[in-house]
Amino acid sequence: MQSIVAQDLSKVYPVAVKESGLQGTWRHFWQRTYRDVKAVQNVSFDIAAGEVVGFLGANGAGKTTTLKMLAGLIHPSSGQVRVAGHVPFRRQAAFLRKITLVMGQKQQLLWDLPAMDSLRINAAVYNIPEREFRLRLGELTQMLTLEGKLTQPVRKLSLGERMKAELLAALLHRPQVLFLDEPTLGLDVNAQASVRDFLREYNQRYQATVLLTSHYMADITALCRRVLLIHAGQLVYDGSLDGLLERFAPYREVKVDFAQEYPQELLSNYGEIEAVTGQMVSFLVRREKLTKTVTRLLTELDVADLTVTDPPIEQVVGQVFQTGVVS
Amino acid sequence: MNQMFRKARVLLVTYYALMLEYRAELFFWTLSGSMSLIMMGIWMEAASSGRFGLTPIDFVRYFIAVFTVRQLTIVWVIWNFEEEVVQGRLSPQLLQPIDPVWRHVAQHLSERVARGPFLLAVLGLFFALYPQGFWLPSLGNLLLFVIVVILGFIVRFAIQYTSAMLAFWTERASAIEQLWFLLYLFLSGYIAPLEVFPPVVREIALWTPFPYFLHFPAAILMGLPVNVPRGLMTMLGWGMIFYSLNRWLWRRGLKHYSGMGA
Repeated sequence: MQSIVAQDLSKVYPVAVKESGLQGTWRHFWQRTYRDVKAVQNVSFDIAAGEVVGFLGANGAGKTTTLKMLAGLIHPSSGQVRVAGHVPFRRQAAFLRKITLVMGQKQQLLWDLPAMDSLRINAAVYNIPEREFRLRLGELTQMLTLEGKLTQPVRKLSLGERMKAELLAALLHRPQVLFLDEPTLGLDVNAQASVRDFLREYNQRYQATVLLTSHYMADITALCRRVLLIHAGQLVYDGSLDGLLERFAPYREVKVDFAQEYPQELLSNYGEIEAVTGQMVSFLVRREKLTKTVTRLLTELDVADLTVTDPPIEQVVGQVFQTGVVS
Repeated sequence: MNQMFRKARVLLVTYYALMLEYRAELFFWTLSGSMSLIMMGIWMEAASSGRFGLTPIDFVRYFIAVFTVRQLTIVWVIWNFEEEVVQGRLSPQLLQPIDPVWRHVAQHLSERVARGPFLLAVLGLFFALYPQGFWLPSLGNLLLFVIVVILGFIVRFAIQYTSAMLAFWTERASAIEQLWFLLYLFLSGYIAPLEVFPPVVREIALWTPFPYFLHFPAAILMGLPVNVPRGLMTMLGWGMIFYSLNRWLWRRGLKHYSGMGA
């Protein structure tokens, strides 16, 4: 069953344009001029219930705009969207009870009070009975390792604890669909890992659909088998993470530690030489030729050690962000 | 119905707790409303040497009543709402199945409860220092006063929350509140009771919502003659006008807000 269906989704914003300098300021004061920015253009995808999908793209690529359209905060300029069987921008109560949107940069907890007070508000707002509230609270507190933290004022919590408390508040009503925009932003490595573990467990336990954006590739590799890649408002890739590497990084790196030195002319027969440091040589080899090349290297030359690595995913995605290779 | 009461209770209790976090500020906020006590001094002096239709003791009672009413009807929703729109903090609230206005209402009501003891302390101190100013209103007037203060708060909140809707289009909606405050200052009876206004000005003022925020309840509390049915009808009329305008602007504003990126 499809949980999220987006068809030809587009969003165009008017953005005020102002020239610098006094003259520009005066002109801006008397006559505002706007230009249209195409934040999202004809984006289509389906996400099945229970799926965890990573949403990748550089800053300003259109990720947050898409998430906001899916959550019902933004009315699309054109296109169709359905989430959990509802048209999001109608923001019906039944829809709002099924979804959550967590924005790493925005908080919903009351800053000067313990998180528990904000959680009580959420329990009342979502009509969660008192006993059920206690059960869910206990469960989520344990999953997020937040014991003893919910009675401290939010401002006294560490960034990681605050983010986890935000997650708890956002998930108390047990939404079926989670939109997470940079949920690990600014967290240290341990806090990132614990948020990741929690999201994985939440997804498995409640079969929730998750659409997640993150600048930390570790979040994506740990949680998502499928990724959507958006560049300049357009969807450039929709498929598995492995497929992304296959498509955008068709080479693998083969590092060989030879027992003796070989001339470069000879070595160049085995693949493109990336670097040579004494007897250590790095080759870039196309994926389809990998097995054959490694076999030839091992049988024809005197090899002391050999390792095959994928280029780091950050590097691959970074390249796609820069070049915007469109499939 | 039960769920509605639970929501109201939880919101009020939580925002009361939040207000108590600002106990020092509450004391200063209470004192910052003491402009009417300064006006009292000025008018007492003026009344002892001129003829205004009110005695010096009337002025004392009037301005202490104005001070009390102002403490009970103060509204600041425009500043909070403007900040929420400009900083995008409205967005998470829009994703909850409850209108964001109820958070503001709860905040104002619970602030009133938290401010109560400070108000009583100031009144207690005032009457201890100036016992001849003390009076006991009749039970009927007291009940009417309570109704009028509640209604006055609702109308004032509706008007300011309506101005706050402009935050969807302009970044500084509170600028309009400053203009509004100027009219409030003169027409509400804040700096002078309506009894000392020329009859034409007083008649004009009585068609605006302003006198009903301060003068009308203060006059009821101290027993000055006022046209109660007309006052109540005018308040209801303005309340309904601004309520309708508010809902219309809210719908249009949300469309605009979401169009600009929420």
